Amino acid sequence: MLNIKELLEDIKANPYKEIVIKSPHTGAVEFADIKPGDKVRGRSGSYSEKPGTLLANLTREKNRKPINAPEKGEVVNIRTELEGKFVEAGEELLTIRHFLTRKEVIELILKKALHLFRAPERAKYYFIPEVDQKLKVSGKRSVKVQDGMEMLIVSRMKRETPLAYSGPEGIIYSVYFTRGDNVDAGEPLLGICPEDQLTTIQDVVAKVQSEWDEE
Amino acid sequence: MDSDKRVQVLKDRLTYIEDIFGAKRVETVELLGAKFGEFLDRLPVMDHSVRVREFKQIEDLFAFVERKLETELTPMDRVRIVRHPQRICLKDILENVYDNYTEIGGRGEFNIDPSMLIARANITRRVGKKVINQPVMVIGQEKGHGEGFRNGGSAKPWGNAKALHYMKVAETENIPIHTYVSTPGSFPIEDYPGAAQQIARNLYEMATLRVPIIAVFSEGGSGGAEAVGLADRRLMFSHGYYSVISPEGAAAIEGRLRTGQRATPELVEKCAAQLGITAEDNLRNGYIDRIIQEPSLGARPEHYDFYKDLRREVVQATNEVVSSVKSMKLFRAMALKNRRRRKGSLDPESIYVRWHLSNKARGRLLEKRFQHFREMSHHAYEDGRSFWDRVKSGMEPLGWTIHSWFSYGLLRRPRKHMEDFMEEMRAEAHLVREKVVRPVRGTLQRMKVVRKKPSSRIQERAREELTRLSCPEEGACIIDDSWLWMSPRSQEDKAVSCPNARTHGCQDLWAPDLFAEFAGVCTTCGHHFPMEYEWYFYNIFNYVEATEFNADIESRNPLGYEGFELKLDQAKKRTGRKSSCVTFETTIDDIKVVVASLIAPFRGGTVGAAEGEKFILAAERARKKHYPFIAYVHGTAGIRIQEGVNGVIQMPRCTLAVRRYIDAGGLYLVLYDTNSYAGPVASFLGCSPYQFAVRSSNIGFAGPGVIAETTGMEVPPKYHKADQALSRGHIQGIWDRGEIRKNLYQALLTMGGRNLYYR
Repeated sequence: MLNIKELLEDIKANPYKEIVIKSPHTGAVEFADIKPGDKVRGRSGSYSEKPGTLLANLTREKNRKPINAPEKGEVVNIRTELEGKFVEAGEELLTIRHFLTRKEVIELILKKALHLFRAPERAKYYFIPEVDQKLKVSGKRSVKVQDGMEMLIVSRMKRETPLAYSGPEGIIYSVYFTRGDNVDAGEPLLGICPEDQLTTIQDVVAKVQSEWDEE
Repeated sequence: MDSDKRVQVLKDRLTYIEDIFGAKRVETVELLGAKFGEFLDRLPVMDHSVRVREFKQIEDLFAFVERKLETELTPMDRVRIVRHPQRICLKDILENVYDNYTEIGGRGEFNIDPSMLIARANITRRVGKKVINQPVMVIGQEKGHGEGFRNGGSAKPWGNAKALHYMKVAETENIPIHTYVSTPGSFPIEDYPGAAQQIARNLYEMATLRVPIIAVFSEGGSGGAEAVGLADRRLMFSHGYYSVISPEGAAAIEGRLRTGQRATPELVEKCAAQLGITAEDNLRNGYIDRIIQEPSLGARPEHYDFYKDLRREVVQATNEVVSSVKSMKLFRAMALKNRRRRKGSLDPESIYVRWHLSNKARGRLLEKRFQHFREMSHHAYEDGRSFWDRVKSGMEPLGWTIHSWFSYGLLRRPRKHMEDFMEEMRAEAHLVREKVVRPVRGTLQRMKVVRKKPSSRIQERAREELTRLSCPEEGACIIDDSWLWMSPRSQEDKAVSCPNARTHGCQDLWAPDLFAEFAGVCTTCGHHFPMEYEWYFYNIFNYVEATEFNADIESRNPLGYEGFELKLDQAKKRTGRKSSCVTFETTIDDIKVVVASLIAPFRGGTVGAAEGEKFILAAERARKKHYPFIAYVHGTAGIRIQEGVNGVIQMPRCTLAVRRYIDAGGLYLVLYDTNSYAGPVASFLGCSPYQFAVRSSNIGFAGPGVIAETTGMEVPPKYHKADQALSRGHIQGIWDRGEIRKNLYQALLTMGGRNLYYR
């Protein structure tokens, strides 16, 4: 069984992700005006149309291409010895330390703790009436599922077929689809957690929500 | 009037003066404020006779200050006046100028567009003993004294569409249209019907609207003003402005400001002064016909005498327009003319002219409207053509007309008869051959009297060419598709990245490949890199064999805009051309066409007086010669702001010329490339029924920065792309660069009117 508290401790001990920026192809490197400790930001704008902070330029065949920061973070080290040198593809140029945000931590925990039941095809999904009623009356944590249990209706092009749950036994922790919306194949429909872990997960998530600083 | 009300009126007048002059005439305004304050303090203790006297004194003081400030008005003050919430608006005019009206399609904010107001109104007057009721359609932007939902009179595309709808209703009912222009500009959104395309549609339809149109300008902001401003008579309020762009917009461009930055008041003031936006400027340039004098510091709702003047002027203007095209007028036309010379000699209301027009008069009206606009703005460009060229260009059209009359008029019918006859004969002969000769030959062949003819060698070769996959004996099977003109960028030894590399995973392309063989198209995603206009001229429009005409019509700086002379000279030197419009006659495969193109390297392809004139001359040439007319827009950033109204007037002028050409039965086809924005798209380009775009081009009304600034909406990155324009219904198709010539040829064969020479 997965120890969620331990997982959280692990994350807390090391609350960031190191992103290694490698050269995408061969070329001469010129680093932008950055130094270790500088803050950089990733793509932004409502349409993520604004590129991230410029980290370096890579010139190949007189074609100068910018390398931008993929995510928000802090520059850890820069291989300044490569400045102006020709590098091979895949050469490490610099490292960015990206501090995990609250949302990312919760996602990480849930990903490890929950079993995700995914959509087999693109369609609209509904709960069967009994489950639906139970969900509405007593909330989603009240529904227990086991392998082979018929619980969803797949509705596509006016064709409705029942869909049975397959996976470990547990209770519904989260529902990822909304009524009437199309869900693509492979997208998660339900997050199932073992019954005995429910309270722990809830605790941990609440703790992260209140304590995690990085937005 | 009770004293409270009088005090309130004076308070309003003081605030008005403060708002208009606030920062500049601090002393005068403070002095007036202090005097007024003292008066208010004394007011409660005054007895009746003193009160009457003091009121008179303070009102006289206000009038004196207003008269004094009136003489010092700068163009930017006028801009502030027309935008002030106390300024008269269309509702006031409807209440006070017309005798009765019904607003159509609006009840406050419950309206498809509250900034566009439509009303059926009546003008009732007594002539002799008879009471006469003359209906008109009143259309205009409504500012509503600063009501938020009116959007300051900035009409949305559907507001302009509504205006057009009721113009057509007026045409059906045969009643004149009075339009009141009071807009800072059109609301720049691309949602259907689209800001630019709807203005273009309005202009296109107004060009041949068969009823008199009288426009009165209060605030004439560029494209939005043109949407209802193409009129037979254009009047203007003395304190109004009519401009190509708002002074703030001009200052933002002049100061090269980024989105969100504000221009300094001095720069805005300077731009306003340079753009020639006042009523006097426009009258001098001939873009309006008459100024309606307003009271000092502009008309406000309580100026009842002004409404009387306004009513007289619009009635007079309508009378003049109608009587100028009517056949039955006798002394009334004389009386009307006479009045114009000696002011106040005869009240126009006492002259009755029926505003209903006969069919013939309507035709004359359209001709007059066309001529009215055709004669404008000739002073704003330089005609560098030699005397001989000018004589030639005057005589040539006569030759074309005669030639056309012979070939497509006089000789057309006999030729057609001959062709029809020959066709019938051929069909007969074919039938005889099929029914008589073939069976006989078949029988003879079967009897082996004659031998079957072997298929000819030519046929065999054709079959061989069609079925063979490669030609090993001739080495590599290279099809000769190299381009006639290659971009100088193809000489550079470097790699180029496609802007879609991140999303489409495009490989880097080697410039000599990309800009030569691939014609600037990414082989992975099909992104079209912008190409030079010469590429299209030589590879599509057969420029080698083309004859360019009117190349000596030259752009100049008609307003004396500071520093523009130099920029213009630089552009001329860099491109070797005298304006951004290049017009030539050429052949596409075997079809002769007239091409007018706007080229981006010359001042961003902006349109000024010279460009407009060249465009009109090209359209006229195509009409006279019965050739298709193609507008190739390599790129245009809009109307050239440094030319002011001289530029913006090209919108109606060129649209009228295009309309005339299309009505004559021509084929007007527009091809957009790179970036096409603003005025030209909102008039003579956007009105074409056949608009095509090269893939990866951008088409729109205002750029993303301007949209964000004026509407507060953030624009998605690919908002103006050609495929978006296509899905909004603004253009009719997208062509790949490599296939333009083929598609163009096919379009020439399959589209267009009856008047083309090859039809």
